[in-house]
Amino acid sequence: MNKYTEDDLREELKTKEYEYGFYTDIESDTFPVGLNEDIVRAISHRKEEPEWMTEWRLEAFRAWEKMIEPEWANVHYTKPDFQAISYYSAPNSKPKYNSLDEVDPELLATFAKLGISLDEQKKLSGVAMDVVVDSVSVATTFKKTLGEKGIIFCSISEALREHPDLVKKYIGTVVPQKDNFYAALNSAVFSDGSFCYIPKGVKCPMELSTYFRINQAGTGQFERTLVIADEGSYVSYLEGCTAPSRDENQLHAAVVELIALDDAEIKYSTVQNWYPGNAEGKGGVFNFVTKRGLCEKNAKISWTQVETGSAVTWKYPSCVLKGDNSVGEFYSIAVTNNYQQADTGTKMIHLGKNTKSTIISKGISAGKSQNSYRGLVKISPNADNARNFSQCDSLLMGNECGAHTFPYIEAKNKSAKIEHEATTSKIGEDQIFYCNQRGIDTEKAIALIVNGFSKEVLNKLPMEFAVEAQKLLEISLEGSVG
Amino acid sequence: MLKIENLHASVEDKAILRGINLEVKAGEVHAIMGPNGSGKSTLASVIAGKEEYEVTEGDITFNGEDIHELAAEERAHKGVFLSFQYPVEIPGVSVTNFMKTAINETRKAKGLEDMPAKDMLKLIREKSELLEIDRKFLSRSLNEGFSGGEKKRNEIFQMAMLEPKLAILDETDSGLDIDALRIVANGVNKLKSKDNAVIVITHYQRLLDYIVPDFVHVLYNGRIVKSGGKELAHELEEKGYDWIKEEVNA
Ligand SMILES: Nc1ncnc2c1ncn2[C@@H]1O[C@H](COP(=O)(O)OP(=O)(O)OP(=O)(O)O)[C@@H](O)[C@H]1O
Ligand SMILES: [Mg+2]
Repeated sequence: MNKYTEDDLREELKTKEYEYGFYTDIESDTFPVGLNEDIVRAISHRKEEPEWMTEWRLEAFRAWEKMIEPEWANVHYTKPDFQAISYYSAPNSKPKYNSLDEVDPELLATFAKLGISLDEQKKLSGVAMDVVVDSVSVATTFKKTLGEKGIIFCSISEALREHPDLVKKYIGTVVPQKDNFYAALNSAVFSDGSFCYIPKGVKCPMELSTYFRINQAGTGQFERTLVIADEGSYVSYLEGCTAPSRDENQLHAAVVELIALDDAEIKYSTVQNWYPGNAEGKGGVFNFVTKRGLCEKNAKISWTQVETGSAVTWKYPSCVLKGDNSVGEFYSIAVTNNYQQADTGTKMIHLGKNTKSTIISKGISAGKSQNSYRGLVKISPNADNARNFSQCDSLLMGNECGAHTFPYIEAKNKSAKIEHEATTSKIGEDQIFYCNQRGIDTEKAIALIVNGFSKEVLNKLPMEFAVEAQKLLEISLEGSVG
Repeated sequence: MLKIENLHASVEDKAILRGINLEVKAGEVHAIMGPNGSGKSTLASVIAGKEEYEVTEGDITFNGEDIHELAAEERAHKGVFLSFQYPVEIPGVSVTNFMKTAINETRKAKGLEDMPAKDMLKLIREKSELLEIDRKFLSRSLNEGFSGGEKKRNEIFQMAMLEPKLAILDETDSGLDIDALRIVANGVNKLKSKDNAVIVITHYQRLLDYIVPDFVHVLYNGRIVKSGGKELAHELEEKGYDWIKEEVNA
């Protein structure tokens, strides 16, 4: 059978050209702007997906068309024009630059501060590489190790080709296509993402994606991740990169689904550092993410996140504690500076008996930013002896930023034990002077204070990631105090 | 070492220091006493470079260099240390981590590499023994939940770690029990040499029995109104400040 080619695609779209307006002969790898059923079909076709997947996407698209963009979050922005976006862009194989000299020096300086190797710097900023980077061969080696244990770790497109039954069985089971506006959009048009399956009783021997993360840079705006931990298995999954990403795409709407079957455990750690816009609040990424995990009996899911990037963030990694004795955890650091806005938190849905959840949220606001925690703890009537502990701490720098806490509790079972603690503090001049007096300059003092404030969450990150995350916090707050 | 001439300082347009003259030479111990609110802590903060206080007149030189324009951390790098009257809490930052940062930042300012972990540990062990500090204490968050006495002892531990040229101890004795006072004072005495100097701010003669001053100054209303030898401290202990106030107002 002939492969679907660029030309087919072009032909297919030409007929509709007038509907989307002006269609210039841009790189053949990019679709024209706009969204309709044909585009959805074209994406699916392009990715050589099975028929059921195309239908699944279309279902999502039809639902999305009838939905309206949510407005309840404590963020303000000009809504994206969804018909002005191009929904498919093949991974660009053409290097953007010929050498590092052409890359924005400011970006390189940040790379250096983060301690990112030259090879990684090249890869991240899209510089052509003449040597095969070590990490690529490392990746191959590790893929082999994983394969021996029966672990599947690949792109979701590959999974759709190689393991369609697994994908079909689980995709959309935790975040249904119609879950919300952005999830529906993602379901219709997702370009790629990761797929991971850990077989029964297998403990994944390494932090997944550590060795692959550099390859993730530049993954599209609509990422789809599906992680399945079969009974009694364990996996720690790392997502994102501390390196600043200068993505041109304004809108990012990812979906992450985690499934922890009986006695399984998934640790999912994220570091997000997308372009937050400039100091005047121009530009920056809109990050509207749906992340949710499902715990069966005795299963455990921990979300740990360090969020420093994006202009607008809307993100609530959640746990559905369906099985008895299952455990959900959410550890979060969200930093906002300048004009950034973040509305983030979690939902812990207790369905099973003796389910337990822990929420530790640390919000750090500087500049003119707004940082909101929004959390829901829901105890259903059957969830006997459910327990939740929530702690939300806010740290303010300066007088122009805001920290807000919106905890919602719905307890429908009398035996529930729910504890909520919240604090708000400011970095005091006295604290800074104390540090200064010991020879620590103001910038370093702030980093020290912020790290201390965030420690409980930083401690939850895998060691290597924690060190990077710490540096990232420092960099994100640079220049936030005069 | 430290030379202060006609120093005037104010906060929010309120004059607090109104013409201080003080010279401290290497090897000397000076005590500053004076009623509450007379400006002792303000003087200490101004020497240390707290920006909140505006120097409106006068000069401060440290080892011959005008330090008036220097930031607080730069003064610290040059060897100025202040033991705070009210040490602040920094949650989540352990005493050890704080000291490690302070020492390495100071070294960095001098163009030196970070202190090797091994040396750092040795230094911590040595100094915590000197001040009879339990090592477990050092892994606690800086000053968080410390008792009044523990905070003060921790200040002197930091001084021991940083080995400053000029140490200003602002009411380090308040809050210390009798044994702790002895331990802390002994610590200070051990760190004293002919190359460094100490300014002790205190309300009580008691501390000066241990850390014996060469000079005692009385600060009142933002000025040093009387200076003398260590006998002056005894006299104040006996008679209070009224006679001095009368002298000034006369
Ligand atoms: N930041 C400030 N804002 C307003 N007033 C201040 C400030 N700092 C000091 N003062 C005032 O300046 C005066 C001197 O204060 P300072 O703390 O120097 O006194 P002190 O001699 O150390 O007193 P004590 O013996 O009680 O410690 C006081 O009247 C105090 O209220
Ligand atoms: Mg005082």
